[in-house]
Amino acid sequence: MIPNKELQLPRSWWMPVACIVVGCAFLFGAMIGPAGPVWWRVPGELLDHLPWINVHSGASKLESTVLWQIRMPRVVLAGIVGAMLSLAGASFQGVFRNPLVDPYLLGVAGGAGLGATVVIVTGRAASSSWPIDPLPLAAFVGGLLAVLVTYTVGTAFGSSKTSSATLVLAGVAVTSLVTAVQTFMLQRNTDVVRQVYSWILGRLSTATWSDVRLVLPYVIISSGVLLWHRRLLDVLRVGDDEAQSLGARVTRIRLTIVIAGTLGTAAVVSVSGLIGFVGIVVPHLVRLLAGSSYRRILPLTVLFGAAFLIIADIPGRILSDPAETPIGVVTAFLGAPFFIVVLRSRQGTSR
Amino acid sequence: MSSLSFIDVSVSYGRSVAVTSFNDIVHPGEWLCLIGPNGAGKSSLLRSAAGLVAYSGSVLVDGSPLNLRSARRRAALVAHVPQSPAMPDDMTAFEYVLLGRNPYVGYFGQETKQDRMMVQRVIERLDLQPFAMRRLGTLSGGERQRLVIARALAQEAPIMLLDEPTTALDIGHQQQALELVDSLRREHGFTVVSAMHDLTLAGLYSDRLALLHQGHCVASGPAQEVLKAETLSEFYGVSVSVHHEEDGTVVVVPRRTVPLA
Repeated sequence: MIPNKELQLPRSWWMPVACIVVGCAFLFGAMIGPAGPVWWRVPGELLDHLPWINVHSGASKLESTVLWQIRMPRVVLAGIVGAMLSLAGASFQGVFRNPLVDPYLLGVAGGAGLGATVVIVTGRAASSSWPIDPLPLAAFVGGLLAVLVTYTVGTAFGSSKTSSATLVLAGVAVTSLVTAVQTFMLQRNTDVVRQVYSWILGRLSTATWSDVRLVLPYVIISSGVLLWHRRLLDVLRVGDDEAQSLGARVTRIRLTIVIAGTLGTAAVVSVSGLIGFVGIVVPHLVRLLAGSSYRRILPLTVLFGAAFLIIADIPGRILSDPAETPIGVVTAFLGAPFFIVVLRSRQGTSR
Repeated sequence: MSSLSFIDVSVSYGRSVAVTSFNDIVHPGEWLCLIGPNGAGKSSLLRSAAGLVAYSGSVLVDGSPLNLRSARRRAALVAHVPQSPAMPDDMTAFEYVLLGRNPYVGYFGQETKQDRMMVQRVIERLDLQPFAMRRLGTLSGGERQRLVIARALAQEAPIMLLDEPTTALDIGHQQQALELVDSLRREHGFTVVSAMHDLTLAGLYSDRLALLHQGHCVASGPAQEVLKAETLSEFYGVSVSVHHEEDGTVVVVPRRTVPLA
């Protein structure tokens, strides 16, 4: 028998609760950090930036700039990245009917990592002759290419019945191949190891408003498409065959979700690096809280994902200031033990 | 009320042939029962009509080919109940029955209030209210089977395909499930095609039987004609005695081939 865990709070309450959690995380993230205004001046300072509101927070010009140009883009970007990774993770878990799947599964991470490594190794990252920063571009393109290879390979050999399992396996193969190439390049160029690793482990420390502007269009399109599929993800829960007999076009749905999820993930990864575990931890947390229907899970993962990464970014800023703890390390540190707990509780509830 | 016609339908998986040119017309409101040993092609035939396997020949609903219709339109005409339906443990019974409304909801749409009320009526009709908010993992085999039928009913398709609807049930629940299908058929005028192993039950509830053997239809007609000891022995390799009751029921009773010592 399965205990009815989800009824601890009435379901309709989870949405406002999630909004409050995001709001608190946002405020908290804006208040904490080296330099900048004292924490109690932050709310006033933020209000002052809203149109038609004038508040004298008493913060100096410099403090205000630190808050608005350094801390805020970082908090906002953390929120966007966390929301996107969690949403893509939940959608992929639904479409592949596998709770261990994350948004990096089909090779986005490996491809983006290789793209970034190539740029850093060839020294293009430092050159200012390019109109745009080549690092995120290479990561973005690398991520998309890797998934394209995975999908082509996975669907070429898999029959329609097994294609979701074949696709997952193809993702594993492509990822290990790409990672091998990347490792080889690193081994040949040990002088850039530190630089590459700081990218791989995730970095929100260099976030600017232009990063936010860069990823926002992709994230909006991608999350829009994914959220619109929340009902169909529920239909897919009964398996490919039955979903098809209920009139769902399974292959097309899977392709659409893979494209949308990959686009969004590749975009955020290109500016934030590879932040791990968010895409698994947050959807499972939401599932434990609010039940298993994707109609409830997907909107909630967006909010809780944003809150999770904003909060996970805080220890990195204050723990080992000034040399920051990479956020990928923090999320894995929080994520791995949590994941074990989730697995244990799942084992306890399955019949 | 709709008719379902199979014209020269063949199904093969790679090199192995599951069904060879099957021809049959199931009349509106009729219940056809497919019988035959394991691997005779019963499930493949049902899956072809549900659009789940590729086939040659044609499957027609009211005279128009099913494979020319969109997936959603086909699902609004034909409901398929698989042999062992996937029932996610943590999905609620209501959510499960609601899936049957998928053919009527647009790609990006959500179920309307009418859809939810329709599901509510189906749940009430099948006396499932006590379980409506329970999780599937907590339900018994008989309750699950009724839920699967409820989902097919919510699909509002005039043709219902049932693949071994009673395999996992005890004799009482078998009877309950089949009587439910039969009464729904009379209420709504469904056309039913089912695959079944229990020959007595198959003869009792269906109008007509079709006996499949290695993908070929070897006998078709009412129970009295198809269920004969020599026919069954030839195609099932079984030793049975067949009794005819006064009300026309045909009872198939297995016999020991090795005599009691």
